[in-house]
Amino acid sequence: MTRHIRHAGWFCVLLLVALLLNAARVQVVQAPSYDRNPGNRRPDITRYEQPRGDILVGGRPVTGSRDTREHLRYERTYTDGPLYAPVTGFASQLYGTTLLEGTEDGVLSGADPMLAPFPLWNDFTRARNAGGDVVTTLHPAAQEAAFKGLAGRKGAVAALEPSTGRILALVSAPSYDPQPLSGNGSAAARAWARLTADKDRPMLNRAVRQTYPPGSTFKVVTAAAALDTGVVRDLEAPTDSPDPYRLPGTRTRLTNASKGCADASLREAFTLSCNTVFAKLGVEVGVPDMTATAHALGFGNGELRIPFPVVRSTFDTTLDKAQLALSSIGQYNTRATPLQMAMVAAAVANGGQVRDPYLVERTTRPGGATLATAGSRAVRQAMYPSTAVRLRAMMRDVVERGGGHKAAIRGAKVGGKTGTAQHGLGNSGTPYAWFVSWAQGERDPAARVAVAVVVEDAEARRGDISGGGDAAPVARAVMEAVLKSP
Amino acid sequence: MSKAGITVATADPPPPAVRRLPRRRGIELALIVLAVLLSVYGYCAVGLARHGTLPPGAAGYGAGLGVLALLAHLAVRLRAPYADPLLLPIGVLLNGLGLVLIYRLDLETPGDRAAPAQLVWSTLGVALFILVVLLLRDHRVLQRYTYVCVVAALVLLTLPILFPAVNGARIWIRIAGFSIQPGEFAKVLLAVFFAAYLAANRSALAYTGRRIWKLQLPTGRVLGPIVAVWLVSVGVLILERDLGTSLLFFGLFVVLLYVATGRTGWIAVGLLLAALGAVAVGRLEPHVHSRIETWLHPFASIEAGEGANQLAQSLFAFAEGGLLGAGLGLGHSYLIGFAVKSDFILATAGEELGLAGISAVFLLYGLLVERGFRAGLAQREPFGRLLAVGLASLVALQVFVIAGGVTGLIPLTGMAMPFLAQGGSSVVTNWAIVALLVRVSDSARSGHDGQDAR
Repeated sequence: MTRHIRHAGWFCVLLLVALLLNAARVQVVQAPSYDRNPGNRRPDITRYEQPRGDILVGGRPVTGSRDTREHLRYERTYTDGPLYAPVTGFASQLYGTTLLEGTEDGVLSGADPMLAPFPLWNDFTRARNAGGDVVTTLHPAAQEAAFKGLAGRKGAVAALEPSTGRILALVSAPSYDPQPLSGNGSAAARAWARLTADKDRPMLNRAVRQTYPPGSTFKVVTAAAALDTGVVRDLEAPTDSPDPYRLPGTRTRLTNASKGCADASLREAFTLSCNTVFAKLGVEVGVPDMTATAHALGFGNGELRIPFPVVRSTFDTTLDKAQLALSSIGQYNTRATPLQMAMVAAAVANGGQVRDPYLVERTTRPGGATLATAGSRAVRQAMYPSTAVRLRAMMRDVVERGGGHKAAIRGAKVGGKTGTAQHGLGNSGTPYAWFVSWAQGERDPAARVAVAVVVEDAEARRGDISGGGDAAPVARAVMEAVLKSP
Repeated sequence: MSKAGITVATADPPPPAVRRLPRRRGIELALIVLAVLLSVYGYCAVGLARHGTLPPGAAGYGAGLGVLALLAHLAVRLRAPYADPLLLPIGVLLNGLGLVLIYRLDLETPGDRAAPAQLVWSTLGVALFILVVLLLRDHRVLQRYTYVCVVAALVLLTLPILFPAVNGARIWIRIAGFSIQPGEFAKVLLAVFFAAYLAANRSALAYTGRRIWKLQLPTGRVLGPIVAVWLVSVGVLILERDLGTSLLFFGLFVVLLYVATGRTGWIAVGLLLAALGAVAVGRLEPHVHSRIETWLHPFASIEAGEGANQLAQSLFAFAEGGLLGAGLGLGHSYLIGFAVKSDFILATAGEELGLAGISAVFLLYGLLVERGFRAGLAQREPFGRLLAVGLASLVALQVFVIAGGVTGLIPLTGMAMPFLAQGGSSVVTNWAIVALLVRVSDSARSGHDGQDAR
């Protein structure tokens, strides 16, 4: 009997070993995959157990957290939600996170290992760090000016500090309030359904996620390429260009909106925004050099993150001459985000140097101690400094004597370029009104702000839409807001 | 019948000569104090984690548990001085840990306070323990009540059929607001019956009857009654849909038959019958079929968009616990669902104490079972040996079936984790088991077993 009791005992040992091995399998080996299972609510509960860090604009948080006392305890709140939505995005318990809420989620939620004073100790105690803050580069007054300037029209504004690439304003209209999306109840689901079904697409960030044909504002790029390559050496010399201009290899005749473009000098053509002159110049520069200048300014770059991704602005590199002519005046396949066009204006204002734009100045610990500094990005020389000087002069002419006069600011040097971009089948759509500009205050050593404004469908008769009329006043308001601040 | 137990001719070599072992009551006392302190520590940890303050009842809880444990210890000191010194401390620690977990789970369900009731039941359990240790001077007395035991067990098992089903199983009876699970008590009674009957008839079982191939079949007259009892109990449980307990009885029956007769063939027959029974029940009973489906595909309900089922939630809880656990009071047990204080209490232990804690709990049970087997080995007369082995196997099988179920090792069968789970009948029964083991081990280790009775 003793032997058989021992056998039965070994059988129990076998059961015990099976239990221990299986527990190890579940708790160690399989645990990561169970954590990722969509049916597992625990990661979400841990995530929302503490208030989220804040996004700061001008030293003031534009976000907050609300204790709901529910299982998913803290919900996101927004002050001035629609104003900052193109920057903050939303942080929803149901729909995830977007824009800064998404790219900076690690810091804001406290999951970023950098937040831990002693990372290994945290692994041991399983404490989650309090969320850190994200300090943006935004200029609150400029942001408000841009938002008010668009006033419900569809469009976007991007403003940069030319010397650093800091983004001062990033507005997309129509906008939305991210607040109702924060929770996980039926109200959030209704808000989501309403926003995603809206044909005006309020959640689309038009400043960085939408490209438009840049129209005449692209002539800044063409002029820079023409000057850099030596196609034009003298701003005042006649360009030997006909009006109308027959696109090479076709019977299509390109005309101008204004008179006096035949054989105009580059300076006159820039002020009058002559399509014929710039189409011909583009063809003379040729695809390789046009492409080089456009790419140096940021076109073709699909990798730009500010830190959320910016869609690629395009300058087609496989073109025949007629297509190149159209591309050079910002039509055909040339497309740009408002942020890209602000980069073009900033390059001109900054002696031809481009810095990739950025939106996060630094991230901090909950107390305010700096966690990481974003800082300026590398400098890229997009055009000769001399070319930039001549372009600055021409852009100032546009504001002082040309179609951009509505952007003029008393006591400041302002340069700009208007644009009215045709689009749609047979150009049937309401044209887009563009304005790109920069401004330098009386006592400033360099330009302090560069802006790009696009208005999709101004509430005006079609003939009245022009960059100078609709978009320039918005740009002016933004520039003024920046120049006014000390 | 009582004579049969003593007149058995044994074919085994006689067990080694027994000498009096050291009493080691001081060690038992020290371990009990440690067990009470650990439980009070856990209770305080829950309060600190949940409210940031020590729970108001900490002193009372500690005092209550301490007094119960000391009284039990005194009873052992007085009437079972040679008993294994580990049995009682393990019982105290497991019961204390169970009370901590139930108190902790009460905080998730504001409408349902189970910890006070569990403390009352624990008191009753310890009282029963003391009564058994004080009044039952020799475990062999139980042999006299072999048939009383089996009749009582069958009555207890059949009683719940008269009462309405709760959550799909007819295993409760409700009297004056109390619900009792009579099947729990029947466990001990059946173990006593099996042990006594097999001890009395083991030679007949092993050496009579026809031989079919390699298997020596006993005569129907000897095997008949015990098979009948077993069949009735399992049948009743299937009617009541208490499959966990029917599995338990089956396992107990096979283990004791094997130990008593020493025939490996019984294991083969047992496994064969178990396989047949499992297939039949799995096919015919939709309740069981769905449990097997859940076991095979625990996340199918998530993929079907119906959310996580209880097993999936239990697995998520274990996974969340990882190596070291979230800490007492810091898990999310409410996600597991309604059975969190009974069938699924181990999931909370896994989440909050981690693999380290759950392994410790398994090893505690392992130690309890091992001490039970050791008492059986040290015992000289067959009834005591079979009784100790039977009771220890009961604990082992029950722990395996419930723990294996909630960790996805085997299909889930609703059963109570011994000592840990909420459930009065279960706590009382488990204290009775520990009391009987204490009694058997005392008689084995005192070196005079079999002397007094003759």
